[in-house]
Amino acid sequence: MTTDTSTADLAEERPPVAKQAAPAKKEKKGEGVVLNVFSHGVLILWAFMVVIPLLWAVMASFKDDNSILSTPWALPDKLHFDNWSRAWTQAHMSDYFVNTILVVGGSLIGTLLLGSMAAYVLARFEFPGNRFIYYLFIGGMSFPIMLALVPLFYVMNNLSLLNTTHGLILVYIAYSLPFTVFFLTSFFRTLPTSVAEAAMIDGASHTRTFFQVMLPMARPGLISVGIFNFLGQWNQYMLPTVLNTDPDKRVLSQGLVELATSQGYKGDWSGLMAGLVMAMLPVLAAYIVFQRQVVAGLTAGALK
Amino acid sequence: MQHGKYRFIVGFLVLPLALYSLFVIWPFVQSIYYSFTDWTGLSPDFKMVGFDNYKRMFDDDIFWKSLQHSLLFVLLLPLVTLGLALFFAFMLNVGGRRRKGAAITGVRGSGFYKIAYFFPQVLSIAIVALLFQFAYNPNNGVINSALKGVGLGSVQPNWLGDPDLALYCVMAVLVWSTVGFFVVLFSAGMASIPRDFYEAALLDGASRFTTFFRITLPLLWDTVQSGWVYMGILALGAEAFASVQIMTVGPGGPDYSTTVLPLYVYQSAFRDGQAGYATTIGVALLVVTLLFAAVVMRLGRRERLEFS
Repeated sequence: MTTDTSTADLAEERPPVAKQAAPAKKEKKGEGVVLNVFSHGVLILWAFMVVIPLLWAVMASFKDDNSILSTPWALPDKLHFDNWSRAWTQAHMSDYFVNTILVVGGSLIGTLLLGSMAAYVLARFEFPGNRFIYYLFIGGMSFPIMLALVPLFYVMNNLSLLNTTHGLILVYIAYSLPFTVFFLTSFFRTLPTSVAEAAMIDGASHTRTFFQVMLPMARPGLISVGIFNFLGQWNQYMLPTVLNTDPDKRVLSQGLVELATSQGYKGDWSGLMAGLVMAMLPVLAAYIVFQRQVVAGLTAGALK
Repeated sequence: MQHGKYRFIVGFLVLPLALYSLFVIWPFVQSIYYSFTDWTGLSPDFKMVGFDNYKRMFDDDIFWKSLQHSLLFVLLLPLVTLGLALFFAFMLNVGGRRRKGAAITGVRGSGFYKIAYFFPQVLSIAIVALLFQFAYNPNNGVINSALKGVGLGSVQPNWLGDPDLALYCVMAVLVWSTVGFFVVLFSAGMASIPRDFYEAALLDGASRFTTFFRITLPLLWDTVQSGWVYMGILALGAEAFASVQIMTVGPGGPDYSTTVLPLYVYQSAFRDGQAGYATTIGVALLVVTLLFAAVVMRLGRRERLEFS
């Protein structure tokens, strides 16, 4: 905004240039209008392409099976709320929600705690092997996880961690650490050292300084990386598909895919749509409410 | 003091490092070792077979198909996604009507577009894949029904059932779900480029088209490059696996026309009971990933442009 007004002033202060450039400016203006109409056109088109499928799913979740298949674009004849209750109870969506909340809750806390501990030490202390450990963590971001999952399946099996909630939590934490450590290390480096030094002089131990001084100071970074990990872990599909095959322990994404397979046989498409929308809406609602923080959290890593 | 410092360092690192080593590093190391064995995964017995798995892999048609599709993913997906995202972000930032003499303005409602475009980014790839699997249904999916609605009743592709189309259908879904993220990312980068640059260029008679290639893209290059790497890893990793595994028939079909490397690793290990061979394919996937990262870093290396 400030640049807008200042350039406007500048243009007024230089009448000769403006006069000379008058014909060219007219031409440019024409170009500007065309560009404006064109850009609105393509932008609206893509907005429709993004929003229509989601709105369609919401609409379909209130229709009956027959009309979803025969007239997919028509509005529901009446609101079939029974689809939702069927998905919630008979299709076990409620169980999947509970499982997901347990796994993501545990792993999110663990990821933030362990990630910030490792990152703090790596960012603030000089010791032999510091760089090596740092790059060991960072390297995990670019390796294809599928390669590790084959042996990991058997490692988990030997430790009796396969198909358990705590096993899945530990794996989620381990695979979230590379980005978390990467992000928080650079974040801790930007924090001033003086506050921690003052705390140390007052007799606080390293541990106490970390928990009572540094962690509160790192709150903005923790929120960003927390949102990033929350969405990543909530939406996780590949890890549970390989490591969590017990039907009772399924998380949301797995449950939905399973639902799609079984509803395909039963022909209960409306139940499936209700399940999909049920899984979709909380995340979308949270995103719209915390829009600024979510965008900051997800793009933070790429901008570094 | 010094003693306390090292005790603190070890105390803070031991848990994260132990967890990370056990669940991430150790399986990676093991998988390289297993790729030289005939391990089935079903029984604990196996023996070293040297390069047999690798020889077998080079004669395996399904492996070559998976590799080919994965390479197509890693070449096309970043290109299309980042290209579209740059285009949309540029439109958002310079497509506006001229106001108060400012040479460059964002379009009205750019905030709304950014919110809407970002929607798919917060959804699980599983939800997105299921939704589109339904939309692609040739008989009663929304896409063919919409084609009928606009009078294209004769154009009714089989989408995921057509071996020539299926792979592109999957790619389109991945593009759909990732473009928004990069629009927001690039848009933030573009907004921080000083307006005077554009004004000077436009005053000198440059078209907006030129300013994109001469000003926007060079100043945004670092972000584009890291986006390229991010997209490539996604195209070889979990998202490619999930979308193919959920959406396609088989999965990987019809007739292996959509199988990709991560899916083939998964199927070999957990469906066919050939864990050793699966890790061999996984090593090939690792090589492709590392080569990709190296190429992008190499090609992307330019003189860093700074502006203050």
